[in-house]
Amino acid sequence: MKTFKFLAIFFLAATVFVSCSDDDSGDNNPEPVNEEETITTMTITLVPEGGGDTVTFQSQDLDGDGPNAPVVTVSDLAGNTTYNATIVLLNETENPAENITEEVEEEADEHQFIFEIGGSVASAVATDQDGNGNPVGIEFNLETNTAGSGSLTVTLRHEPTKPNDGTLSGAGGETDIAVTFNFNITQ
Amino acid sequence: MNSLKTIWLAMFLPFLIFGQDCDLKLTGTVIDYHDQSMLPGATITILNSDKATLSNLDGTFLIKNLCAGNYEIEVSHPECSTVFIPIEITEDRTIEIKLEHHLEELKEVEVVGNSTRKQTNSAQESTLKLAEIEQYTIGSLGDALKELSGVSTLNTGAFISKPAIHGLNGSRVLLLNNGVRMQDMEWGDEHAPNIDINAAGKITVVKGASALKYGGDAIGGVILVEPLTVINKDSLFGKTVISGATNGRGGNINTELTKSYKSGWYVRGQVSYKRLGDQEAPDYVLSNTGIQNFGVNFNAGKRTFEMGWEAYYSYINTEIAILRASHIGNTDDLIRSINSRQPLVIRDFTYDLLNPRQQVGHHLAKGLFYKRFEGLGKLSLQYDFQQNQRFEYDIRRGEDDDRASIDLRLTTHTLSTDFKWDANAKLDVTVGLLARYQENFPNPDTGVRRLIPDYEKYDFGSFLIGEYKATADLTFDAGFRYDFSRIDAKKFYITSRWEERGYDQEFNDLIIEDLGTQLLVNPILDFNNISTTFGAAYAKDSNRKLRLNFALAKRAPNPSELFSDGLHHSASRIELGDLRIKSETSHKVSFSWEEKFEHWSFTLAPYANYIDDFILLEPTNVEFTLRGAFPVWSYRQTNARLFGLDFNANANWIANLNTAHQFSIVKGTDTENDIPIINIPAANTLNSITFLKPEWNNFEFSLTSNYVFEQNETPPNIIIFSPEQNQEVELDINSAPDAYHLINIQTQLQFNLGKNNNLTTSLLINNLTNTVYRDYLNRQRYFADDLGRNIIIQLKFNY
Repeated sequence: MKTFKFLAIFFLAATVFVSCSDDDSGDNNPEPVNEEETITTMTITLVPEGGGDTVTFQSQDLDGDGPNAPVVTVSDLAGNTTYNATIVLLNETENPAENITEEVEEEADEHQFIFEIGGSVASAVATDQDGNGNPVGIEFNLETNTAGSGSLTVTLRHEPTKPNDGTLSGAGGETDIAVTFNFNITQ
Repeated sequence: MNSLKTIWLAMFLPFLIFGQDCDLKLTGTVIDYHDQSMLPGATITILNSDKATLSNLDGTFLIKNLCAGNYEIEVSHPECSTVFIPIEITEDRTIEIKLEHHLEELKEVEVVGNSTRKQTNSAQESTLKLAEIEQYTIGSLGDALKELSGVSTLNTGAFISKPAIHGLNGSRVLLLNNGVRMQDMEWGDEHAPNIDINAAGKITVVKGASALKYGGDAIGGVILVEPLTVINKDSLFGKTVISGATNGRGGNINTELTKSYKSGWYVRGQVSYKRLGDQEAPDYVLSNTGIQNFGVNFNAGKRTFEMGWEAYYSYINTEIAILRASHIGNTDDLIRSINSRQPLVIRDFTYDLLNPRQQVGHHLAKGLFYKRFEGLGKLSLQYDFQQNQRFEYDIRRGEDDDRASIDLRLTTHTLSTDFKWDANAKLDVTVGLLARYQENFPNPDTGVRRLIPDYEKYDFGSFLIGEYKATADLTFDAGFRYDFSRIDAKKFYITSRWEERGYDQEFNDLIIEDLGTQLLVNPILDFNNISTTFGAAYAKDSNRKLRLNFALAKRAPNPSELFSDGLHHSASRIELGDLRIKSETSHKVSFSWEEKFEHWSFTLAPYANYIDDFILLEPTNVEFTLRGAFPVWSYRQTNARLFGLDFNANANWIANLNTAHQFSIVKGTDTENDIPIINIPAANTLNSITFLKPEWNNFEFSLTSNYVFEQNETPPNIIIFSPEQNQEVELDINSAPDAYHLINIQTQLQFNLGKNNNLTTSLLINNLTNTVYRDYLNRQRYFADDLGRNIIIQLKFNY
């Protein structure tokens, strides 16, 4: 009898222990996290040398790693023209938008934009340099040929081999951005 | 009459055959009949002779220089009733002696050859003993488990090693550390169990869901890691093991000390530290693959037959660097890695642990109490607490390099109790109850969206298991378990993801806050699962054993299967869970046939596992971001079928030479789509030859050959668009690497250093021929070759 009494108390104690367990879930909702490192937007501003219309290329992916693909917008370029181009990177998931270009500038020796061209584009060459005298590519010159279609693929590599031959395979490292712009060259 | 005859024989036979060989050996193990633990300190005496010995820490003993003949041996132990066993010796012989712990029951003993420790009556099981475990002090739990047939590992590099049983891993494999079910985020592929192998005295693997006592959801199986059992006698003993390895240029030190008293009190402590630098493949350094590991555990209690308690605490902290070349930007980077056939980053050897790396700390505390009621049974009550803190550091821009990308804290409280009714000699029945509360806290300060959301989880379980000994040869078992679990999560979804998943059609009532681009959602999911098992074991003359078992098990989805949502940089993929995922149900039939002959023995163990609503993660499509294209891996459910076979054989060719042979194969099919299942281990065979010469300081030399076949059944590769190549390309992520063959050797010597002290020295060489290979189940196979030659020297002091 004593045994059963003991057992009964034991199971009872166990039940009480369990039912008393934590119930403080309350209304404390977790705070949201905004991705700080996502780059949502790349804007390239192309200013023609010797005057003319400034052209803007943009790739924008407002949901970051979400399911929506980036939206790419381009305008026509003029033929036989050299454009002084500048890249701006933004994280627009934050409010106000964070300028990521500054972070790339600060770590210029660990980053490089690689340019690949197609169609009537004659060349795309970085005009800026990091502390070691190697190209970075936040600023670059883009030169067009005569009229036709053209393409420009901009790839930002993190921790590339520097200096390199300006190709993707020569640069190595890992990709932070890869965007292709297809456009027309008029005239 | 019989006993008279035995005594008569025992007394006279040795004389009758006098003049024959007298260099025979009797070896064996003394085991507790009830809890199957190894019994150290049992006295084994050959009656009518001057030969007697004590069983060692792992319960083993050796008596040398016996003449052929019939003997009677007396086995006594302070905690158990003394038994007498008649035995015939015509050759070297190994026996297993089970001592009856029950003082109130009849003196009973079973002598069975070499059977392994059993957790269940009829399921397939394998055990690793201390001597085998000690070879892996510098490795991981997974490395040691791979010794067993039917057990493989899913690796991320050399140190992140997740055990897989009969082809199933992750949440389908339960790990029990000294009786506590590990709650350490087993859901991720790169989350290895936080168990220090140095603290293990014995490891048992139950292949399948039949050990219902530990959980109903062990569709793969259960792994029990236990420290050595302390015996009730006045003693102070310990050991220190020092290991050094050439590959990684580091080592491990482990030391433990136990003080025990005849009254049942004991206290034990153990500490280990491991440090290795970059691992090396045959042709290059695997940059950033070092490890630092610190483990400590402390144990105290009192153990008597009628009553006892135990307090246990363990802490482990592991920091593992992840191969630098495996961190990639987008799909094109992955294609480059696969095609280049060698890592894209190779640096000089270093001990530094750089990003990417992970750091995990795990606290485990347990309190156990048991009491035996005379003529009724044994009641146990256990409380355990666990806290797992995981940091993962990625390669990030700027100052964020020292800020973790993943910062999760998982806290678990478990209360369990069971009562074992064993007053009836033929029938054992155990009933149990369990309650568990778990909380996950993902720290928002990472600046990276949470991989696993905030959640609270409640579990309640109850079971009833029984074993009925129908005849001396035949035992039946049956079990039933019910589990309830509730997950109450609060998770942010990107609004576009919520819509893309179609959740806005079904789950909009779960939204508790709309932040525009993100939604805060509060899913509360309940799962009711029933598991059952029954089987029979037949043992004839201890030479033949047949076991047949059926297990039905249901497993509720884990948080990763439900909530995963985001980009894994290390894997270059977007992983998506699904709120709609329900429990999966496994039906497994297993059979084993064990046969012993004079000089050899074998075990043949086939099984079939049909799983309804099998949850799997596989590549489905591609999504584009500014970074480029990423394959999307989604969790989905399908019906699956796994067929497999494990084969083991041992042979004693001549007195000092024996060989062991193993072969395992498993075939997995997604029966809905008729395609192979991903990550199923390839067929493999392990063969070893061992030479033993006890006279030469217990000299032992063994050579092991491990041949792993090519996995020829893999799911199809996926076709994706490569922006870099501007065309659709085949992404070679499912193809399996070639077959490979590794040769390992091991040799050891033991020296006596006075009374009760000895030193064991061993030399191990893994991958002797420095073979270049990649393994299908290593996630770093896309980026680099596997490990090259490794020479390990180990010194073990027992005192």
